[in-house]
Amino acid sequence: MDILTLFVALPALTILALIFAKDLRQSRTIAMVGSLIQLGMALNLLFAYFRERAINKEVFVFVKDVVWFESFNIHYSIGVDAISVVLILLTSIVVLAGVFISWKMPELPKEFFISLVVLSAGVYGFFISTDLFTMFVFYELAVIPMYLLIGIWGSGPREYAAMKLTLMLMGASAVLLVGILGIYFNSNADGGALTFNLLQIAEVNIPFEAQKLFFPLTFIGFAVIGALFPFHTWSPDGHASAPTAVSMLHAGVLMKLGGYGVFRVALFLLPEGALHWSWFFIILSAIGVIYGAFAAIKQTDLKYINAYSSVSHLGMVLFALLMLNKTAWNGAILQSLSHGFMTALFFALIGMIYGRTHTRDVTKLGGLLKVIPFISVIYVIAGLASLGLPGFSGFVAEMNIFVGAFQHDNLFYRIATIVSVSAIVVTAVYILRVVGMMLMGPVKNDAYLQLEKATWFERTGILLLLIPIVIIGVAPLWLSNAILDSLTPFLAHLT
Amino acid sequence: MDISHALLIPMIPLLIFLVLGVFYNKIKPAVSGYVGVMGMLVSFGLSIYTAYQYFLVNGQIDGVYQSISQKTVWMRFTDTLHIDMGVLIDPISVMMLVVVSTISLMVQIYSRGYMKGDSGYTKFFAYLSLFTFSMFGLVLATNLFQIYIFWELVGVSSFLLIGYYYTKPSAVAAAKKAFIVTRFADFGFLIGILIIGYYTGTYDFETLNQPDGAAILSWTSGSFMGLSILTWALILIFIGGAGKSAMFPLHIWLPDAMEGPTPVSALIHAATMVVAGVFLVARLFPMYYFVEDGFALQVVAYVGAFSALFAAVIAVTQTDIKRVLAFSTMSQLGYMMLALGVSGYEGHEGVGYTASMFHLFTHAMFKALLFLGAGSVIHAVHSNYLKDMGGLRKFMPLTNITFLVAALAISGVPPLAGFWSKDEILVAAFEQNKLIYLVGVLVAGLTAFYIFRIYFGIFWGKETQYKHPPQESPASMTLPLVILAFLSIVVGFIPFSEFISADKAGFEGHLNYPLAAIATAVGLVGIGLAYFFYKKENDLSDRFVHAFGQFYTWTFHKFYFDELYLFITKKILFKNVSYPIAYFDKKYVDGTMEGVGNKTVWFSEKIKKIQSGRLQDYAFAFVSGVVVLALIFVYFLKN
Amino acid sequence: MITDISLYEVLTITTLLFFIGVYGFITRKNLISMLISVELILNASVLNFVFFNQYLYPEMLQGAIFSIFIIAVAAAETALAVAIIINLYRKISSVEVADVENMKY
Repeated sequence: MDILTLFVALPALTILALIFAKDLRQSRTIAMVGSLIQLGMALNLLFAYFRERAINKEVFVFVKDVVWFESFNIHYSIGVDAISVVLILLTSIVVLAGVFISWKMPELPKEFFISLVVLSAGVYGFFISTDLFTMFVFYELAVIPMYLLIGIWGSGPREYAAMKLTLMLMGASAVLLVGILGIYFNSNADGGALTFNLLQIAEVNIPFEAQKLFFPLTFIGFAVIGALFPFHTWSPDGHASAPTAVSMLHAGVLMKLGGYGVFRVALFLLPEGALHWSWFFIILSAIGVIYGAFAAIKQTDLKYINAYSSVSHLGMVLFALLMLNKTAWNGAILQSLSHGFMTALFFALIGMIYGRTHTRDVTKLGGLLKVIPFISVIYVIAGLASLGLPGFSGFVAEMNIFVGAFQHDNLFYRIATIVSVSAIVVTAVYILRVVGMMLMGPVKNDAYLQLEKATWFERTGILLLLIPIVIIGVAPLWLSNAILDSLTPFLAHLT
Repeated sequence: MDISHALLIPMIPLLIFLVLGVFYNKIKPAVSGYVGVMGMLVSFGLSIYTAYQYFLVNGQIDGVYQSISQKTVWMRFTDTLHIDMGVLIDPISVMMLVVVSTISLMVQIYSRGYMKGDSGYTKFFAYLSLFTFSMFGLVLATNLFQIYIFWELVGVSSFLLIGYYYTKPSAVAAAKKAFIVTRFADFGFLIGILIIGYYTGTYDFETLNQPDGAAILSWTSGSFMGLSILTWALILIFIGGAGKSAMFPLHIWLPDAMEGPTPVSALIHAATMVVAGVFLVARLFPMYYFVEDGFALQVVAYVGAFSALFAAVIAVTQTDIKRVLAFSTMSQLGYMMLALGVSGYEGHEGVGYTASMFHLFTHAMFKALLFLGAGSVIHAVHSNYLKDMGGLRKFMPLTNITFLVAALAISGVPPLAGFWSKDEILVAAFEQNKLIYLVGVLVAGLTAFYIFRIYFGIFWGKETQYKHPPQESPASMTLPLVILAFLSIVVGFIPFSEFISADKAGFEGHLNYPLAAIATAVGLVGIGLAYFFYKKENDLSDRFVHAFGQFYTWTFHKFYFDELYLFITKKILFKNVSYPIAYFDKKYVDGTMEGVGNKTVWFSEKIKKIQSGRLQDYAFAFVSGVVVLALIFVYFLKN
Repeated sequence: MITDISLYEVLTITTLLFFIGVYGFITRKNLISMLISVELILNASVLNFVFFNQYLYPEMLQGAIFSIFIIAVAAAETALAVAIIINLYRKISSVEVADVENMKY
């Protein structure tokens, strides 16, 4: 089996093994071993990619193509470039951390881990596909388990949140499907057969009228899961109700599908449509950046704060993608990556704090730095990373976005950039507000004095997420070079 | 000249920070203090060695000091725009190396005594090392983005250290305030960097600072609201600098920052970090000077002058000694800015630049000394307030003498350090702008007055009865005091103008006797007034307070700037922006989405009656449907 | 083949029969009567099969065979329906359509 298909096959094997698991111990061990192997494979893929790239200059490497639905010309065609490789790595790390964080999942552990693994399989499949339809199938595969995960293992108004999330994402999928079919039925514009293959479509000159029509559909279809204003409201409620590992996976990985899809499909296949519409979506995403940050200031629930912060940070991704230049795109990919790690880390920490204090209300917490120092210190670090402190990945990503966006020749785009940059101040406000209220200050509740220190599995999960943030933040050049290299064909296609 | 050893200077504190941070729980406090001091000693030695090599041995070629740099690309944006990491050795960076390493070393030695027994001892040294690393990185930066990176890092170390006593709500609030206010300023800085990158295509200092280089000449290429776009960029960058250097109106964080431990105030909020803004303007001085004939530099001059006066006036009324020193710092920073603002470029015209750097240097010494002395007093009395002090000269003789030296130095009494640098600033101002010169003289008098006000208040004045008789601080604390006092006396004799000048060629500095006499006289008058008011306990000061009435109240409340900011943030930003947005989100954005769902449910409720469960209804619907379709096909769709 | 009777006359009869069945199915209140109406409909279609077979392709037998097939299926179906109705009657003691509407919404 080839190196990429394994990424979908291994989760299938894990699920098979999980079915025979008897209790929590067995199922978590199986899930851990499975995702550990997955992480090993992702690391191996990273190195294999660099080796392969040195000799293979195609857009995608490790390409494989199998027909699976002949009459519509649907192929199981796979391939990766640096962008998908790093996102696969992100996924494998977050999944493993998620398994560690769910070490003590009390109810229905087997089913929980199965859903988690199904979700991850969908994500891997999405990242490796180069066929629009296959991509879409995997996308759906990733979204559906979300409903179960939130609806069954969630807290608070979980049915409501699960329903809202699923319906909004399904609604977006419907729009997306129209967009994809629109692309499909225009893929023979230059003669030839209809096709779903990304690279083949990219060579076709889809008529401008069609691009104008289908770009917004495709863009919105993907951007909803990337929390585009005003379609972001599923995310705060969804995150608030989801169990910790699910929030991590959702915000850390699933929301990245949006930006990735926009980049791979909407911008790549419909470049003229993108140029035509970019001003409009720039406005929306810039609003999202500022708006999410301001909305986060007022929240009192930790998860809501983080959810709105995600709206702001992912708004930045879409914003950068629409700037349609190399530096900004590089920034967008880096931001996806960096936000994936950071927000997963945040949710993990929030889960730990909630598990100990049974509240997520910042006004009720206080002085945790003294009681649970490890968790609190990491929270401070995550906060600082999130507000773009140099030395952490967020800074690298944001600076790429800002510099890239500011290189745009059009004054309007530069002004929009300045507006977005102002988010760095607001971000500092809401992060420090939480740090000040929750971690510093006097201990508000005597019951908190006896909180349990972080356990080994919690520490492992946290460090797994923290290390990449620091690595990217300290030494970003290799990563950014690899990404830039992969961006070139996409950029060439744009002009 | 080989500068690879300069790379080590920041690396040592970084290493110490990592070791202390990672093995936080495993290291004994005594060890961590020792490690910190030893590491700092090595960095200090290397800095002195670098300075010696650079200034005295082989930094010059044809009488001009060279900029030597060593760098590697850290992040690449486009072909021309990239962030480099490296070291840039030129006169001001070497001088800053000396300042930072000296003060850091002194403060670390001092902290071993001051922080003894504190539960976060190791953490404190880790933070100090982090700060020192960041500050070294800042002064050695080779390009705008590198300076921005370390700029942020010093900001965060400052945040951590101000919030060191994190269980104290006021310390937390102060830390937050410091970070957010400077972050706001950094927003300006970043925009400035972006603009410069866009218009000049480089971030590199050496390229930017070519007096007749393409970067500076490109100021004619675009304009915005009547000013060159590059002028705007420089003003924005100055806003960044003003945030760090606590220039009006971004000064509000500095007094509150005194919530941090006193050694921190000495190191960060007096001697090193706060001068970063001055350093930044000096770093880009050729740009400031040549772009649009120095318009941005004018702004710097006026803001500096105003801040100097503003802070000096407030300092007179404060009762917390650390706050007096904080406002004094702000005032002196204004002085440095003003000096840069009135500077020329070539030869003796650049005296303002030299004076500014000179003052930065001497101020670091005596202001650190003042803070450490104040720390020594606070350590003994356990209070920050003047009312709890008095007559301490008998209990703390060493502190008394060193504090007096520092006070005389800041007042500009010859031949102490402050005299020389202040004199040069006034000379520069006199030659360029008489109004600014007058402000400078006035501030000099005020400075002498307020500093002796607290000096007399602490060490003379009323004979306070202490519950526990205060004791002189331990040797680890007094040793740095003595060293700094010695430095405050001698550093003024360094012929600074030969080493540091705007065009790097150096010039012959000489005293301007009439101006020096005026400045000294004004300083002495200030000291004299303070002597009458505060030497012995009397009601003179109270009567003056009454005479000034409303003005005093305003000054005492720092002209209500804190309240103004609170009003803007709490009442306007939080209440009128953030709350409505959150409400809007819940009510309208989410409401719309929910509305779509709810309307769907409502609609299905309405039409579900059709599904009656009666077979005959369905059959009827079916048959009539067939009939209707048949009619349509027969009559309308014949073809 | 019956002379003087064309396919149209026959079709008129079966159409009438069919719609009588439909009318009965829609209006009858008793389940048994509805079942009988369904039989009418089926028979109408069986007749159609036979007649079309006879008039259009007299040499073929498909129509006739199909009608036998329908009769067989109709018998099975009737048996099933009667069984359901009997069970229903046991449960609610009624075979009125109005009483059997618990399969709504």
